[in-house]
Amino acid sequence: MSSQLTIGWRVDEAIRAHGHETYPHECCGALIGRDGVVAEILALPNTTEEGPRRRFLVRPSDYREAERRATELGAELLGFYHSHPDHPARPSQYDLDHAWPNFAYIIVAVAAGVAGDMTVWFLKDDRSSFEEGSLHHGENSHPDTAQAVHR
Amino acid sequence: MAKILIPTPLRPYTDKQDAVDAAGATVGELLADLTRKHSGLKAHLYNDQGKLRSFVNVYVNDEDIRYLQKEQTPVNPSDTISIIPSVAGGASR
Repeated sequence: MSSQLTIGWRVDEAIRAHGHETYPHECCGALIGRDGVVAEILALPNTTEEGPRRRFLVRPSDYREAERRATELGAELLGFYHSHPDHPARPSQYDLDHAWPNFAYIIVAVAAGVAGDMTVWFLKDDRSSFEEGSLHHGENSHPDTAQAVHR
Repeated sequence: MAKILIPTPLRPYTDKQDAVDAAGATVGELLADLTRKHSGLKAHLYNDQGKLRSFVNVYVNDEDIRYLQKEQTPVNPSDTISIIPSVAGGASR
């Protein structure tokens, strides 16, 4: 399992912009790419019914769409991102309880509508906790990426 | 044998296969056969009480088993079973 993830500045900006746009609600979306490099994000609706200021949910049909999009690009679904409005960019117990292995989870903290810290986390195989990964920034997310963001 | 489609995060436990065959007359039996063959899946599909985790969705063809007979849903060899993650999380309350 890789414990690092590389994103381009366009992807970084797109995640921050999504967190700003949905504030004070959480945003969420899929990370698509190859070999630990995010080529594009797919912004998805937060369909939680438990209060979107503190929860997000990607419904199964949107999950399927993310896998389909990754296959179309000859890429892989690398994980998901979400925002923590007015809360640190650290995973909660709820994040841990609902996490999938082998996925990268990007969390962006959005304080008073302004995106700040961005971190990436990977679930340990025994599900006991998350391991913080390192988030690298590249000039280009992937050489054959024509468009970084899909809505 | 029916075909089970494996989502991306679980493929490392199925030798990177995106579909595997499993035997059984019901969804529960198929999943039991699947986790016997690929033991690394068990902790991610079932909780400590042996129940399917709430964020694990199982479909028979295009029907969610929650609206069928759950794990008792009968399956035919021609059916395709899909394991589809609900991805959820959020800040602490």
